[in-house]
Amino acid sequence: MVTVTLWGSLRSATGGLKDVEVEARNTGEMLKALAKKYPALESVIEGGVSVAIDGLIYKEAWFTPIKPDSEVVLMPYMKGG
Amino acid sequence: MSKIHVSTTINGDAVEYLCEPSETLLDALRDHVGLTGVKEGCGSGDCGACSVELDGRLVCSCLVLAAEAEGRSVNTVEGMADGEKLHVLQQKLLDHAALQCGICTPGILVAAKALLEKNPDPTETEVRYWLAGNLCRCTGYDKIIRAVMDAAAEMRGA
Amino acid sequence: MVTEYVEGSTGAELNKREFKVIGTRPPRPDGIDKVTGRALFGADLTAPGMLHATILRSPHAHARIISIDTSAALAMSGVKAVVTSQDFVKQSSSGNQDTLDNCMARGKVLYDGHAVASVAATSVKVANAALKLIKVEYEVLPHETDVDGAMLDTAPVLHEGRKFRNIPEGNNANVSGYWEFGHGDLDAGFAKADIIIERSFKTAATHQGYIEPHATLATMGPDGRGEIWVCTQGHYMVRDLSAAFIGIETSQLRVTASEIGGGFGGKTTVYLEPVALALSKKAGRPVKMVMTREEVFRATGPTTSSSTDIKIGMTKDGRITAGQAKLRYQGGAYPNITAMLGAMTAFASYDLDAVQTLAWNVLTNRPKQAAYRAPGAPMAIYTVESVVDELCQKLGLDPLEVRLMNAAKKGTLSSYGPTFDEIGLVATLEAAKAHPHYTAPLGPNQGRGVSCGFWFNFAGNTSVSMNINEDGTVAVIEGNPDIGGSRASISMMAAEELGIPLEKVRTIVADTNSIGFNDVTDGSRVTFAVGLATIKAARAAIKNMCGRAAQVWGIDADAVDWVDGAAVPTGHNAGEFPPMTLAEIAADQAKTGGPIAGHHEVNVDGAGVSFGVHLVDVEVDPETGFTQIKRYTVFQDAGKAIHPDYVEGQMQGGAVQGIGWALNEEYIYGEDGKLQNAGFLDYRIPVASDLPMIDTVILEIPNPGHPYGVRGVGETGIVPPLAAVANGVSHAAGVRMFELPMSPPRILAAIDGAK
Repeated sequence: MVTVTLWGSLRSATGGLKDVEVEARNTGEMLKALAKKYPALESVIEGGVSVAIDGLIYKEAWFTPIKPDSEVVLMPYMKGG
Repeated sequence: MSKIHVSTTINGDAVEYLCEPSETLLDALRDHVGLTGVKEGCGSGDCGACSVELDGRLVCSCLVLAAEAEGRSVNTVEGMADGEKLHVLQQKLLDHAALQCGICTPGILVAAKALLEKNPDPTETEVRYWLAGNLCRCTGYDKIIRAVMDAAAEMRGA
Repeated sequence: MVTEYVEGSTGAELNKREFKVIGTRPPRPDGIDKVTGRALFGADLTAPGMLHATILRSPHAHARIISIDTSAALAMSGVKAVVTSQDFVKQSSSGNQDTLDNCMARGKVLYDGHAVASVAATSVKVANAALKLIKVEYEVLPHETDVDGAMLDTAPVLHEGRKFRNIPEGNNANVSGYWEFGHGDLDAGFAKADIIIERSFKTAATHQGYIEPHATLATMGPDGRGEIWVCTQGHYMVRDLSAAFIGIETSQLRVTASEIGGGFGGKTTVYLEPVALALSKKAGRPVKMVMTREEVFRATGPTTSSSTDIKIGMTKDGRITAGQAKLRYQGGAYPNITAMLGAMTAFASYDLDAVQTLAWNVLTNRPKQAAYRAPGAPMAIYTVESVVDELCQKLGLDPLEVRLMNAAKKGTLSSYGPTFDEIGLVATLEAAKAHPHYTAPLGPNQGRGVSCGFWFNFAGNTSVSMNINEDGTVAVIEGNPDIGGSRASISMMAAEELGIPLEKVRTIVADTNSIGFNDVTDGSRVTFAVGLATIKAARAAIKNMCGRAAQVWGIDADAVDWVDGAAVPTGHNAGEFPPMTLAEIAADQAKTGGPIAGHHEVNVDGAGVSFGVHLVDVEVDPETGFTQIKRYTVFQDAGKAIHPDYVEGQMQGGAVQGIGWALNEEYIYGEDGKLQNAGFLDYRIPVASDLPMIDTVILEIPNPGHPYGVRGVGETGIVPPLAAVANGVSHAAGVRMFELPMSPPRILAAIDGAK
């Protein structure tokens, strides 16, 4: 199991939970599991998200491994100037 | 309305072009003479990217009519280097990394050259005020000012 | 074998590497072209048979388009094609449809200057005359340009009937985005505070102000194949959007990036390109379009304006106990995420037990905002850093000591979610504290301002190829427009990794059909991500060259190492053969197996965040309210400065854009919803005589995610100046300022109000 921390405004999709647990070995599995467990997150994930694993931010990198004790934070898709 | 025939001198060469009465010198230089080193940033005399020397006087070529060049002498950035040998100002801008995107660079060079022709030993404040009509959005001007001061020093020594 | 850096190297390990090329200051490869006028920018290209196109723009801030009659324009001599929104393909993604509708209004015009139709003709003069013959019937609607006004229930709705995702109850139909970030118990945090300050701030919309107006030359033949030449931060983005908007496949459209005359985020979208392509398709001739400066101001993206409420609690000795920010941004007529980025960055400099940021994006009758250098961060961090300064002032504490006490560091849970890895904020603050500027005496009417700043930095999709030429030179091919000297830094990284002199390397930015996909030049990503891909492409070429040497020597490829630009035998073969240089291997490549090249394509991750600290001394004239910048010093963590001149240039340029934002620059709208200052005379960006030298101190706290430790440097520099200057002005004038820009009338009013 990995614990995924969501950004605040997504709590409405998880019944108020900020930290949720899913079974996943990598980013792609984690995103799929999240969308399955919390269908309200599906459109958010499809719209594009970033994932921070142990402090490093990844964009759409499905095969990035996640260790059970990794810090996993779901973040919005970001764009710079 | 029929076009106007203009005979002028550009970067030391005799040049002729046909222009509309309402056409700017900037457009004539870019579109008829092929000197696209002269840049348009605003078309209203506010940014200095189109700076050229007209009979030795620094002007925004977007504020001069193309027909006004008749019988006069125009100098642009394309006329600064002597063949392969760069003008001291050009070399100093490179040495000081005084350009990033480079769109304001031709205007800055022409304006700085006009300054040093009038005042070979300007203070930093004088350089800053002289170049106040040349907008640069990339550099914060620091390295440009240093490059012009350094060029002035070298030209005085030469 | 190649000497690999170890993935996950620590900063200390990266610090030990000795560089030959990295860190030097060679002249830039595109320099000669740019000082002689030879460099070709967006407006500098012409094509045989070329037409010129111009755009009819809305004179109204908000109106329904009842009808458009283009027949008289089309009938005019010299007019070859006219397009309106009907000539483009409907998009499946709402984001793309918004971008298309911004290029050409569909159904409604949403701001003063919104494009309605375009004419291609034999000259600009003819095109402009034809625009006057287009009859547009409008039903004028009420408009709103203010962020707080647009949130009221009485505000006119821009997109009737459109639903936006995740908007809480109680917000009106103009709220297109809502976000929350933070952690900890806010109430408990504020309960621990000895002092709590609550303030409200406003900042004006500012424009990126690149000196080169948008320009493009597009051509499309009857075979359905197109070409675009354009000044852009991302030609793959131009290709994908333009092809989608006119309904062709991307392989049929080749886009070439010209030299770019500044962008700062403003050239990360399309305005003219799909229009020129559609006109060329209809006319069967190349079409050139160049915006006027007025069009750039009225119709291309400025940044957002903001209205923010902020609350920070602090103990008497300077520890921040809790922070909360409510950020309301308007970014014009279409949705955007800039408020979200503001909410993520607002408190990023601090190690906080309790923090919460809430952000709303609101639609208004203004042009669609575009990214502007660290989008969202400057105005958010301005509010936090202003209140932290006021707390320090009230408590009699040193502003740098307080920031050091509260600074985010490795292991800090960031205010936007993840835990920080190795970061350089503490070192940057220490450098500022130790600098002579911080303790220099101040004159009368002068004040010193301090602010921290932060930006994430991004990475993303990147492709680099590298050809080893027979004469021992190297061609590097990349696909990101060079906006601030990246061809120089990429050539340097290639030379460093290959172990050859810099002058042997030439880097070009290739067109969309010549190399794999690349994300836009944005987010301070290029030196980091393209640099990383270049280093890996070099390693691929090195591996190939080591293999050739091994074959020539008749030994195992594993027994060959690459040292100082040459293959050398290792292990029991060490010293058995003299080193074989890159030039020697290159010369024989046809005989040893054919052309040698290296390439690397990757969606890069591992961008390192960057912090900056700015110190400024200002002098405020109490008679006129005019503020002069007397001294300015920028401290910033670059990870590793590849070409220090251009790192300094980014720091200086960012600082000066921020100074303009703080003191002068603003979009001014009249009651009629029209932009009143669409020119450089009335929208005043800093000029040379406004400024002193901008001193710089580069810190190098390596980013573990890059082989050389690079962090992006392009954006962080614009973040701190807003608060640094505001804090300086507040100390100099003796009154707190809560609105940007701090133009002389506002400062005078504040001084008079305090009397």
